[in-house]
Amino acid sequence: MANGGTGSKIVKWVDTRLPIFTFMDHAMRGYPTPKNLSYWWNFGSLAGVVLVVMIATGIVLAMHYTAHASMAFDSVERIMRDVNYGWLIRYIHMNGGTMFFIVVYIHMFRGMYYGSYKNPRELLWWLGVIIFLLMMATAFMGYVLPWGQMSFWGATVITKLFSALPLIGEAVTQWLWGGFSVDNPTLNRFFSLHYLLPFLIVGVVVFHLVALHTTKSGNPLGVDPKGPQDTIPFHPYYTVKDYFGIGVLLIFWAAFVFFAPDFFGEPDNYIPANPLSTPAHIVPEWYYLPFYAILRAVPDNFVGQWAGLGYIIVNAKLAGVLTMAASIFVLFALPWLDTSKVRSGRFRPVFKWFFWIFLLDVVILGVCGANSPDARVFSWYKGLSYLDLGQITTAYYFVHFLIILPLLGKIEKPLPLPTSISEPVLKGGGAAGAGAAAKPMEKA
Amino acid sequence: MRKTILVVTALAGLSASAIAWAAGGAGLPHVTWSFGGIFGTYDQTQLKRGFQVYQEVCSSCHSLRHVAYRNLAAIGISEKEIEKIAAEKEVAGEPDEDGEPTERKALPSDKFVPPFANENAARAANNGALPPDLSLMTKARIGGPDYVYALLTGYGRKQPKYEVDGHGDVKLDKEKKPVPFKMGEGLSYNPYFPGLKIAMVAPLSDEGVEYADKTKATVPQMAKDVTAFLQWAADPYLEERKRMGIKVVLFLIFLTGLLYAYKRKVWADVH
Repeated sequence: MANGGTGSKIVKWVDTRLPIFTFMDHAMRGYPTPKNLSYWWNFGSLAGVVLVVMIATGIVLAMHYTAHASMAFDSVERIMRDVNYGWLIRYIHMNGGTMFFIVVYIHMFRGMYYGSYKNPRELLWWLGVIIFLLMMATAFMGYVLPWGQMSFWGATVITKLFSALPLIGEAVTQWLWGGFSVDNPTLNRFFSLHYLLPFLIVGVVVFHLVALHTTKSGNPLGVDPKGPQDTIPFHPYYTVKDYFGIGVLLIFWAAFVFFAPDFFGEPDNYIPANPLSTPAHIVPEWYYLPFYAILRAVPDNFVGQWAGLGYIIVNAKLAGVLTMAASIFVLFALPWLDTSKVRSGRFRPVFKWFFWIFLLDVVILGVCGANSPDARVFSWYKGLSYLDLGQITTAYYFVHFLIILPLLGKIEKPLPLPTSISEPVLKGGGAAGAGAAAKPMEKA
Repeated sequence: MRKTILVVTALAGLSASAIAWAAGGAGLPHVTWSFGGIFGTYDQTQLKRGFQVYQEVCSSCHSLRHVAYRNLAAIGISEKEIEKIAAEKEVAGEPDEDGEPTERKALPSDKFVPPFANENAARAANNGALPPDLSLMTKARIGGPDYVYALLTGYGRKQPKYEVDGHGDVKLDKEKKPVPFKMGEGLSYNPYFPGLKIAMVAPLSDEGVEYADKTKATVPQMAKDVTAFLQWAADPYLEERKRMGIKVVLFLIFLTGLLYAYKRKVWADVH
């Protein structure tokens, strides 16, 4: 970049005063990247692209939106009908939330499969979890803004969770609401925070990138690059690969925006908020469903039994809330819960299976979250409700993190690791692992 | 790589269908709509008929508050006619010189004037029930237009013998006897309405309207037409959206193809 053709004089002039070009050159061409990254490594940059699009469309929407309980719903309809291409901007933003979570979930599961959280990348992983938490808060508040039935009742259910806190619960909830129920003050502060939090996300993303450029990218083999023969500069190799990935994402995103814009939405949210009428099923957006199922997995009588033992005096709601919070906060402990020194799941024959079982567990949790707890999983079998299934899968969720991962690292015998990225073939033994490792390089 | 992509696609499909399935919509008769699919468009003559049904039947109870009279130009109604349609209604005007409130005829720029002044008036006139606004009806119900059509044509069916609970099982009373199905006063049985008992009496009857284009006004015909009109009212940019979508997606496929070729070229020397 610093040696660009015609612009070089201007570039030099600027660069000697403010070295942005040197910085970019250092961060892009000077960033040595393992040469064997698969397409699973595209999703970080994709998340960045979605974040930028969300902020851009969001700023335009904010120009036309009215954050008032009696006007919000109509102002969104005005955007959809009377603002030039307002429908397009809103549908991009609406489906962008979904795209963001799809991309980030894939990014996270990739990290889990390839042990991207392991030494020395623990803080990189932590920053990612913080981004995920901020995203959940942002998306939740964004969903409240159209002030439809699901907006209102979703906000009511989630904010009421805080009332479960002992002693201060009631006060905290009223403080969040700015009143005695979800109402205009709540909507106003949610709008303000929905505008603020994405910029905090940008800030944490910067830290995420600084940490990444310090520890450097992991790779599908999980072994560190041994020298220049193992790496290639990020630019142009991974920039062009990311461009291609962005193209694929945009096709997928556009398909929903233009042909099924309300696919991920709830019909109830096209009914204006009505505090006097509760929808039959209050369902959050799909990306919260697994956590919603975990929240509901702790029913009243369950805690009653344990509270009787006198260990902790908590009500059922608090136990549910704590369980849900734990399901996310356990991710912070993941780098230490996974005791295996081997990063890549490719060389962990048993872990590999547990990874897919865990993924399936999360998907089933999502299905449980989407259904009412007392509904039957199988119409022909009375014995299994979605609450039961949600409890089983919630239990397994924690068993995976707290029991399976710590034990597996001790018990499992990993396959022999390749000595380096360029020479994955080990002398004698490990042919299977090495063979699998060599494949993506041919195609990547 | 290919295998993993397959697995992920399958999982995504699985969870998507699980969500769609969880969302319900079972049991609705599926109607083939002109606006369905990625190339679907509105049928203007049908929309006009649907508008006629709305005007002559639905609008006596149901508002359409997000749609303006001027929007009717999009379904092929002329400016003159729109002015005439609007002028049939009175709306609040500016205060006069003495500060007294005034009324004026509605203009094309006004939103559809609601049939009732407020919610209480609407409930008072409808046996305590509130007729919902119809501007977003096809988006606001599971099943969308199929649901609206099913509801409008679902009257006059044979009532079930017993009450049914949320699982679809027959409700039992304290003595374990099935609870007989009972209709409340002023309610009608409709199998597609959640709870099965709807406060709206069958709104359509054969020859209830006389179509300007001589189409035979059967109940299914009118239900289909008015549903199409309501779909347009809820989603007026559907045609533009799909047209643009085809161009955008084709362009993106082309661009992504180029980027893939470019990527191959850049990476050619790595292996």
